[in-house]
Amino acid sequence: MARGRHDYDDIPGTFVFDADRSRQGYGINMFCMSLMREENRKAFKANEAEYLKKFALTPEQTAAILKRDYNRMLELGGNIYFTAKLGATDGHSFQHLAAVMTGSSQEDYAKMMLAGGRSIEGNRSRSGKAAPKHAAGAAGGKRRAGAKPKAKAKSKSAKRK
Amino acid sequence: MARIVAGIGSSHVPAIGAAIDNDKTHEPYWQRVFSGFEKSQAWMRETKPDVAIVVYNDHASAFSVDLIPTFALGCAAEFPPADEGWGPRPVPVVKGHPALASHIAQSVILDEFDLTICNKMEVDHGMTVPMNLLFGKVDKNAHWPCPVIPLAVNVVMYPPPTGHRCYMLGKAIRKAVETYPDDLKVVIFGTGGLSHQISGPRAGLINSKWDKAFLDNLSKAPQKLAKIPHIDYMREAGAEGIEMVMWLIMRGALDDKVDEVYRFYAVPASNTAVGHIILENHRRGAKAGAARKTSAAKRKPAAGKHKRAAARAKGHRIRG
Repeated sequence: MARGRHDYDDIPGTFVFDADRSRQGYGINMFCMSLMREENRKAFKANEAEYLKKFALTPEQTAAILKRDYNRMLELGGNIYFTAKLGATDGHSFQHLAAVMTGSSQEDYAKMMLAGGRSIEGNRSRSGKAAPKHAAGAAGGKRRAGAKPKAKAKSKSAKRK
Repeated sequence: MARIVAGIGSSHVPAIGAAIDNDKTHEPYWQRVFSGFEKSQAWMRETKPDVAIVVYNDHASAFSVDLIPTFALGCAAEFPPADEGWGPRPVPVVKGHPALASHIAQSVILDEFDLTICNKMEVDHGMTVPMNLLFGKVDKNAHWPCPVIPLAVNVVMYPPPTGHRCYMLGKAIRKAVETYPDDLKVVIFGTGGLSHQISGPRAGLINSKWDKAFLDNLSKAPQKLAKIPHIDYMREAGAEGIEMVMWLIMRGALDDKVDEVYRFYAVPASNTAVGHIILENHRRGAKAGAARKTSAAKRKPAAGKHKRAAARAKGHRIRG
């Protein structure tokens, strides 16, 4: 079934785990949840394809799990807090998963984080139409004449960026 | 009458819990984070709450995708730490306060907040990490310093409750606490955040400018924060940064005007910007108020202009 259109589809590099994906990804997430038990982790590692048959998964979902294609799992309804359990079953740290999803080495990813993380600049919007917001709660851009000077300064610095 | 004396905002990064559990807190990487909570632990020892309400989110531990309650209040007598895949964290079982919890549930449901009641629930790092940051490391055979009422909020599946709804729930919780007959000193934690994205190709996102404005407004103009739409959180603070709405429950439970007594901010802990704030209601108990004055007086001569500037540069801020 086609996904509806949402304002958050404009956020680049992001699969929002919404109610549609929650429904679609039920099998992926319940599979991941099962990996919280040691006997299930063993059964899965012994024969992955066979173990996956116990869950309501589409062929695409099964393939994504077997290939450890984490972004595809998210796209097909997996949620990161659940898929992280698969990573843990494979013996990977969370940062390893994050690096895999961003297509960089774990070393480069860790370096980026130490240097302050991925910048919001250039990563705000696919369409490029989203104006910067600074947790000020206002509707952005337009400020009333009566706005406090501090708020004005903030909106100016936002425009400069 | 019970009363809420202070609110605490704190990140709940799981790697912080792992660092505590594996005695890595003195490593330079982790010192950057833990040094920011030393004063907070002293503050907590001085404040000595009778009960803490901890607003947090479950991370596929107590709740799978079978049940996704928007607000779930823990009314049980105790909450065991969940096995998150590496065995349960070596922390004590969290003792609840069932009488106050069910009083809150009854009061806020009649105030039209339709909570889910949990009489059996395990709690994960989302709750126990902030407790460690404020109470320090506690041996798993010892006891946490006070009973805790967990309030789990769905921020995993979109949409979480709106910031406004969270803020108003905080107000309803405060009203509930203040109609409880016993004389209890209560603190409330808002946990999670600050900016971070841990999923998809944009993982690693941090937005310090956003975080700073969030902390500023949390302190001074929370009603502004209550108007922020979800899209702004997800776009600016990361897909998982949306959990910052939980801090608004804590803030709603406080006076409109509060004293910001402490703030700390550091990037990163693992994949996340660590934020922390302590806000006190003006009408604090006389005894606690006096104790605070004493410590503030002690701090002041040392904390001259330059020292304060240096502390700010390091991400610390003390207002005394």
